[in-house]
Amino acid sequence: MTKSELIARLAEKNPHLYQRDVERIVSTIFDEVADALARGDRVELRGFGAFSVKRRDARVGRNPRTGETVDVDAKAAPYFKTGKQLREMLNGGDGGEDDE
Amino acid sequence: MIVLGRNLLSGHALTIRKPLTGIAIMTGKTITRAQLSEAVYQEVGLSRNESADLLEMVLSEMSEALVRGEAVKISSFGSFSVREKGERVGRNPKTGEEVPILPRRVLVFRPSQLLKARINDGPVGKQTAG
Repeated sequence: MTKSELIARLAEKNPHLYQRDVERIVSTIFDEVADALARGDRVELRGFGAFSVKRRDARVGRNPRTGETVDVDAKAAPYFKTGKQLREMLNGGDGGEDDE
Repeated sequence: MIVLGRNLLSGHALTIRKPLTGIAIMTGKTITRAQLSEAVYQEVGLSRNESADLLEMVLSEMSEALVRGEAVKISSFGSFSVREKGERVGRNPKTGEEVPILPRRVLVFRPSQLLKARINDGPVGKQTAG
């Protein structure tokens, strides 16, 4: 499912909304999550999962093709941890009522 | 917990849960459904209730697609996909006892290049580089 397919499905289920409003809603949600992570904030959506930023230390890497060593700088990387409910749903459970 | 300083906008303490080694999680504040649906409310002329409902529908449409085994690709944000893991032998770390870990499905999030770049250009990235 792509972002546009997601928008199309939501528009179908919400015939009272204009498609362009559904687009703005979906974009707003992902923009807000991205903005929060860029600020260094964490985003926790119970049942679905949590986005956070992890620090990766500088390391000495290797070019897999040539075997040459290269210095890789420290960086920050987004990380997603699946919520308990979604994890259970993926494995045939109903996700239950309780979460995290 | 280490208090680094104060975020001037929110007044929250900027903290890091672990010392600055390995994979410490940078934590400013935590954003939840409340702030996301507020953003939707501000952006589109829906009621607060309906904004919250729409957010919930986005999350459940995504979850349902993933449960069906479909990948969810959000351009300029990232993609979520489901990986099948085979059975393997695990160990109870307390007793040392061997226990089989059953085959299961795990969700993997791969951030887009754009999201990775945005995070490294932001305050966290600068802190990391320093």
